[in-house]
Amino acid sequence: MSRLSSTDTGAAAATEEPTAEDILRRNLLETFTAELGDAVVGSEILRRDLWIRVRPDAWKRAAQVARSLDFDYFCFLSGLDWLPHTWPNPKVEAMASPSGADEDDPAALPADDPEPEAAAEPVADGLRTGVAGGDTRFQVFARLYSVTRRSGVTFKADLDEDDPRVETWSDVYAGADWHERETWEMYGFRFDGHPNLIKLYLPGEFEGFPMRKDFPLLAREVKPWPGLVDVEPMPEGPSGPLSGSEQPAGNGAAAEETEEAGPERPPEREAQG
Amino acid sequence: MAVTEHQRLSYIASQAADARLNVELQTEEMTINLGPQHPATHGTLRLVARLDGEQVVSADVICGYMHRGYEKLTEVRTFPQVTTLINRIDWLSSFANEVPFILAAEDLMEIEAPPRAQYIRTILFELSRIANVSLFIGEMGVQLGALTPVFFAFRDREYVLNLIEAATGGRFHPNYDRIGGVKDDLPKGWIAETRATMDRLRGYCDELEDLLMGNEIFEARTRGVGVIPAAVGLNYGLSGANIRASGIDWDLRRDEWSPLAWKDLDWKVWTHPDGDSFARYWVRLQETREATRMVDQMLDGLPAGPIQAKVPRIIKVPAGESWVHTENPLGEMGYYVVSQGGLGPFRCKIRPASFNNISIVPWLLKGVYVPDIITILASLYFILGDIDK
Repeated sequence: MSRLSSTDTGAAAATEEPTAEDILRRNLLETFTAELGDAVVGSEILRRDLWIRVRPDAWKRAAQVARSLDFDYFCFLSGLDWLPHTWPNPKVEAMASPSGADEDDPAALPADDPEPEAAAEPVADGLRTGVAGGDTRFQVFARLYSVTRRSGVTFKADLDEDDPRVETWSDVYAGADWHERETWEMYGFRFDGHPNLIKLYLPGEFEGFPMRKDFPLLAREVKPWPGLVDVEPMPEGPSGPLSGSEQPAGNGAAAEETEEAGPERPPEREAQG
Repeated sequence: MAVTEHQRLSYIASQAADARLNVELQTEEMTINLGPQHPATHGTLRLVARLDGEQVVSADVICGYMHRGYEKLTEVRTFPQVTTLINRIDWLSSFANEVPFILAAEDLMEIEAPPRAQYIRTILFELSRIANVSLFIGEMGVQLGALTPVFFAFRDREYVLNLIEAATGGRFHPNYDRIGGVKDDLPKGWIAETRATMDRLRGYCDELEDLLMGNEIFEARTRGVGVIPAAVGLNYGLSGANIRASGIDWDLRRDEWSPLAWKDLDWKVWTHPDGDSFARYWVRLQETREATRMVDQMLDGLPAGPIQAKVPRIIKVPAGESWVHTENPLGEMGYYVVSQGGLGPFRCKIRPASFNNISIVPWLLKGVYVPDIITILASLYFILGDIDK
């Protein structure tokens, strides 16, 4: 039994100041910037996390640099399509602003956005890209983690809309193999140098790239989403089930969603155990 | 029926092999299909193995028979509706699937659930772990021909599922976690019941340890079988008990910031240096026992107070991106949530643990013997819903 090891958590779990972690991330970012040079086109440190956006031609070098910096754990790789999101269900959209407040446009940012830096400037063709920015419709992004440093980094790279391609990571991180296959079939990104870029989930004859925003969700095309099916019209009068709580005016039935959590619950039903 | 020349030669060859004459045999490769329906695959995983005699030359995993497209579906749901879907990713520990997504949404909204809700979440998270992994502990035996452990597993897991049902209303799909808190408070008498069950589950772990550890057949079939070196495992993105069994001392419950209650508890991260099937089994067994102790501690320290923070009636999540990962029973599970300020996620990348855990299979099965395929697959412990999403 002497070979079996275990580690006490008490000391290791000592909470670090978030600022100290941010300093670590800043140092890490500096190291990456020094290694990758002008290939780094955007970066951000937000909420215990680090994002680095690199030029697509430096995508593989980013992985190699990360590997040399002890980022030994491959977490995931996937794609992003920044084409504006369209709600397929007008009922849900109506639910968004039951009081007719100035929130009609779900794409518009609220004025008091708590993370102003999180929402980048809209780029030329109306795409609104996320953390660390973006110039094109497609982005490939991947996350790596360092078990020794106990911190992770998310890499992003902009891809050409007509010919989204990037070099494969599968010979740097073996785990990227399946993730690249999935990203290829779902988004149509090509990974140059991938040994076996075949469909992973979808049947071989499937056409199109289903995770792209312009690929319709076929189930919804065939049969529109019923929306709020289980909402019954509220009975009139004070004896209704909603008596006592606020009855939304106007489209009250639509606003009363069963999933929704009430503002505050009675503290507890049970005495301390 | 006439004996063909080939059959005659192969008979002579086998005779020669039996006589241990050290003859180099000319063998033909054979392709066998494992699955899609096979008890060891927990769903519909198909494995195409090319064999040379008794040895695997190459093994390909074919998945997707159960792909449900959750990443696409989350884009047409509102944030509170998403938990219903993601519940079904790893269906043996559904509640644990809900937690990282809700935490990601809370992270973007910059709200935090009250302490009591965090404790209830953590308790149910650990109960999910116990329900999930205790099944593995028994099931690993049945893959090796020992029938008794699996009956014990189903018997004792039921007590945990009853607890989850009592608290959440659902045995398998609780849909209990809410942005800003949890749906309900714990029912009356639940705490005492849970204490008794945790005691029972510790007994179950001891029982299984007695039954399997030290059993000659079990050890012979698992020791030194399916060895994953730590560096290879990390490279493939193995997480959870699979990587801890290779000696990597890494547990997100301890090593990552989390609003959940793990930081208040006194517990151990179990590791094993061997990296073989036995080590994976051993680590999971210890973790289950550790989880029962964690639940006990949380029941002792369960704070009073509200279970739901103030959230708007219509939940809109501010624009931003958040990655939250937790140590789920099967390994690291995370959600990369992109919101553009709407009612639902703009993009939700689901990173299930089993996807990476099973992507090592083609590498791992190379050169192993046929009977070990099942042991190795079982010891990696995956749920198909967790691969296919």
